[in-house]
Amino acid sequence: MSDWEPKIVSFFCNWCTYGAADLAGVSRMEHPPNTRVIRLPCSGRVSPKFILAALRQGADGVWVSGCHPGDCHYIEGNYYARRKFNLMKNLLEHMGLEPGRVQFSWISSAESTKYVQVINEVIETVRKLGPAKDFVKDKPKVD
Amino acid sequence: MLEYTNKIQEIAKKILSEGKVDMVIGFRKGTIPMMSEPCFVTDADGVGELSFDSNCGSNLANYIMDRKEKIGIVAKGCDSRNIVNHIIENKIKREQLYIIGIPCRGMVDRHAVGAALGGEILEAVENADSLVVKGVDGEATYSLVDMLQDNCKTCTHRNPVIVDEMVADKVEEQQDTNPYEDVKKIEALSPEEKTAYFDELLSPCIRCYACRNACPLCYCPTCFVDESRPQWLGKSQDITDVKTFHFLRAYHCSGRCTECGACENACPMGIKVRQLTKKLNMDCLETWGWEAGLTVDARPALDQYNLNDPEEFIK
Ligand code: SF4
Ligand code: SF4
Ligand code: FES
Repeated sequence: MSDWEPKIVSFFCNWCTYGAADLAGVSRMEHPPNTRVIRLPCSGRVSPKFILAALRQGADGVWVSGCHPGDCHYIEGNYYARRKFNLMKNLLEHMGLEPGRVQFSWISSAESTKYVQVINEVIETVRKLGPAKDFVKDKPKVD
Repeated sequence: MLEYTNKIQEIAKKILSEGKVDMVIGFRKGTIPMMSEPCFVTDADGVGELSFDSNCGSNLANYIMDRKEKIGIVAKGCDSRNIVNHIIENKIKREQLYIIGIPCRGMVDRHAVGAALGGEILEAVENADSLVVKGVDGEATYSLVDMLQDNCKTCTHRNPVIVDEMVADKVEEQQDTNPYEDVKKIEALSPEEKTAYFDELLSPCIRCYACRNACPLCYCPTCFVDESRPQWLGKSQDITDVKTFHFLRAYHCSGRCTECGACENACPMGIKVRQLTKKLNMDCLETWGWEAGLTVDARPALDQYNLNDPEEFIK
């Protein structure tokens, strides 16, 4: 248990947070290696299926990040996404997922400092929660 | 409900013989007690089959999607809201429909009657306010209002919102019902308790998909449950598979669910699947003031946005 490290699956918009992650990297800003990044064209592309698939396959946390409102490359993708995320997160938590397992942020491609700060917050929150229990597909249980 | 039945037949006969519609979709008595089934009448001479009683809990809006002909359709309050959804989602045109409106007093929950009777229902006779049910061990009489479906108990849209002809005068709408009481109760639980609650609620699910099929909102050509590359969830009764199915089924109804209860009505296991859609409906109402299917002039909650929509949960 002591050497358990949280695994985070991150869904980043290509036009902003993905760039911020890249910028943090090339700027040699130190940040933890616990995330597996999946690049999407827009935060509007995120479906709850992706989040459930990540949890199902063993992610301890999911982090979705896109452009700030008003900055979406497709003008309004993140406005629609914001409404979807709201319902999605609430329903997941209504079914028992701990608050903090699934997190959202807006990070522009210039905000490498915010990126480093948020990645640390995400990981620390999930670390406190421990390994994921809900929506994980374990081996079949035999009674 | 004899007046309703008579009036439905009368209207159906009129619109079919006048050529206003090519088909009337209504209910007829099912082959087992306390069940009705959809009935498609294309000939004015066939209207005698149509009937209406408190067992018409399925939603006929399910049968009008992508139809090309002109259709007369029997619609309770909630069904009419699903018709509005279909019009908004371009599944049918308003001009194609002749909506026969039912001022609804609520549908009976056959699971509740079965549970009260403690066994199989062999025969049921409906009177104005009561239901006389025969079971293996005798007979019992229940008052209809005590046996209503959960959604009907708290319904505030009993009269159709869109209609061409009503079968009777409007009924009084219920005031001050508290539809989200149970959702609030669950919200007050801890994450562990919530998980336990939904594990227990959903574990009897046999993955028959009757809830999905009964719902007029579920019309994707390929449902996510059948997608295989990637496969989003397994086909088993493993609790993760079951919960994933129910999460996504409910989520796909976000901002669209009309609380018609057809899903719960259809479930052979008597699972209260609306516990999930209700949470979404409550959030839509509290966050954006949205209730689905009330007007053809507004886009659904997830097909519109405000610049200042709440986002405290986003870092
Ligand atoms: S989810 Fe259930 S209550 Fe909602 S519209 Fe579909 S069948 Fe009706
Ligand atoms: S109808 Fe009931 S048993 Fe069938 S899939 Fe839906 S919840 Fe499960
Ligand atoms: S392009 Fe980044 S959120 Fe739409």
